Amino acid sequence: MRAVLTLVLLVGVSGCAKNHPAVGINDPHEEANRRVHNFNRSMDQFLLGPASEGYGGVIPSDIRVLISNFSRNLGELSDAYNFLLQGKLKNSGIAVMRFGVNSTAGIFGIVDVVEEFGGPDNRTDFGETLHVWGMAEGQYEELPFFGPSTSRDTIGFAVDLLVNPYTFLNFDSVRGIGILAYVVARLDDRYNYSSTVDSVLYDSADSYAQARTLYLQNRRYRLGIDAAAGGSGGDAFEDPYADPYIENYSDPYEDPYAE
Amino acid sequence: MLNDFLTRRSFVKLGFAASAVAMTAPAALALTTGEATALVDRVVADINKVISSGKPLGGMINDFEKILIRYGDVPIIARSALGADARSLSGSQMSSYTKAFQGYLARKYGKRFNEFVGGTIEVQDARQVKSFYEVRTLVKLKGEAPFAVNFLVSDKSGKNLFFDIIIEGVSIRLSEKTEIGAMLDRRGGNVDQMIADLKQAG
Repeated sequence: MRAVLTLVLLVGVSGCAKNHPAVGINDPHEEANRRVHNFNRSMDQFLLGPASEGYGGVIPSDIRVLISNFSRNLGELSDAYNFLLQGKLKNSGIAVMRFGVNSTAGIFGIVDVVEEFGGPDNRTDFGETLHVWGMAEGQYEELPFFGPSTSRDTIGFAVDLLVNPYTFLNFDSVRGIGILAYVVARLDDRYNYSSTVDSVLYDSADSYAQARTLYLQNRRYRLGIDAAAGGSGGDAFEDPYADPYIENYSDPYEDPYAE
Repeated sequence: MLNDFLTRRSFVKLGFAASAVAMTAPAALALTTGEATALVDRVVADINKVISSGKPLGGMINDFEKILIRYGDVPIIARSALGADARSLSGSQMSSYTKAFQGYLARKYGKRFNEFVGGTIEVQDARQVKSFYEVRTLVKLKGEAPFAVNFLVSDKSGKNLFFDIIIEGVSIRLSEKTEIGAMLDRRGGNVDQMIADLKQAG
C-alpha cells in the first residue's frame, strides 16, 4: 500500500508540468482501445443492459435510491482524503461530516440525510488530486468494464480502489457488501441513464469516438479546466465564427437558403 | 503617392468614414451580457412551456425544432459540425445538409424532452468569452442533482442567437462534429449519402 502511494507520488511529481492545458484528443493506442470498447459494448449489450432493465423494472425506485446512497456513502471517505490532499480543507470536512451524519442518522448511509437538508454533495477522486498536483492528463484509455479514462485517471482510480477501506481490494468484513452495493449502484445508473447510454453506444455512427469525446469534455469540465480563465482547455470555446474553414466562405451568413 | 492620398478630398472622405464607423461601432457591438441573458431567458421560457405542455413526443420534437430555428444559429452549428469537410460541399449540398442537420438535431435532442417533464431550467448568469457570451443555466430534474447547461450566444449572424449548448461541459456542437465526421467516414466521404441518411437519423 505504502509502496503504491510512493510510486504514485513519484509518477505524479515527475509527470508534473503545470500549465499543460488538456486540449484535443491524445489517443496513440486507439486500435487497442477500440478492441476494449467493443468488449465493453458487448458486455453492456448482453449483460449490463439486460440486468439493469431487470433490476430497474422489478425494484421500485425508492428502494434503488437507498442502495445507491449506501454505496455512495462508502465512497465518502475517498472524497475526504482526496479533498485533503488537494488542500480543500472545507470540502474534506464536509465529506467527513456527510459520512458521519449519513452513517448514523441516515442508517448506514441508506438515506442521504445531509442532502435532504440541502447540504452540498461534492465529489472528487485521486485522478483529480493528481491533476491538482500538476500531473498531465496523459493518453486516452478505455478500461475493460469501467470504460473511458486517461493515463492519469487510471492511476487515480487504482489508488482510490486500494486506499478506500470499503472497496475491492481490502480484505475485511465489509468488503463483500461494499462490492455488491457498488455493482448494484452501477446497475441503477445504467437504468436511470439508459436513453443516454443507448444513444451513445448503439445510435451513434462511431460509439467509440462519441464516448471518447463525451468523456474528455465532461472530465475536463469537472476538473475545472476553463478556456476563458486562461488555458486553452475547453475546446468548446473555440470560436466557430473564427474557424479558418468558415472564413474561406466570404460570409457564412450569405446563407445557402438565399440562393 | 502619400501626397496623392492625402488630398483634401480623400482626407475628408476618410474622416467621414471614421466618424461613421465611430457612430455605428456601438451598434455593432450591441450584444451585452443583458441581451445574451435575455435571449436565453426566452429560450428557457419556451423550453419550459414545451416541457409542461404535456404534448406527445412528436409535438415536442416539432416545438423544439421551432425553438432551434428561432433562437439558434443552425447554419453555423451545421457548418461547424462538418469542420474542414464543409469546404468541399456545393451550395445546394450545403443547403440540403443544413436542413437535414436541423431535423436530425431536433429529433435527437427533442425526443429526450420527456426526461425534463416536471423539471425546471433557471438562468444563472452570463459572462463574455472572446467575442461571444456564455449564459449559464441550472437544470433541476426530479430526483437528480442540479446540473449546468450553458448557452453560447453570438450576434455575428446579425441577430443574437445561440450557437452551442454545453451540458456539464459537453458541447453539442463538438459532439455532433464527432458524429457527423464518423458518418462521413462510414460512407467513404460520400456527402450525398450522408445527407440522405441524416434525414432518417436522430
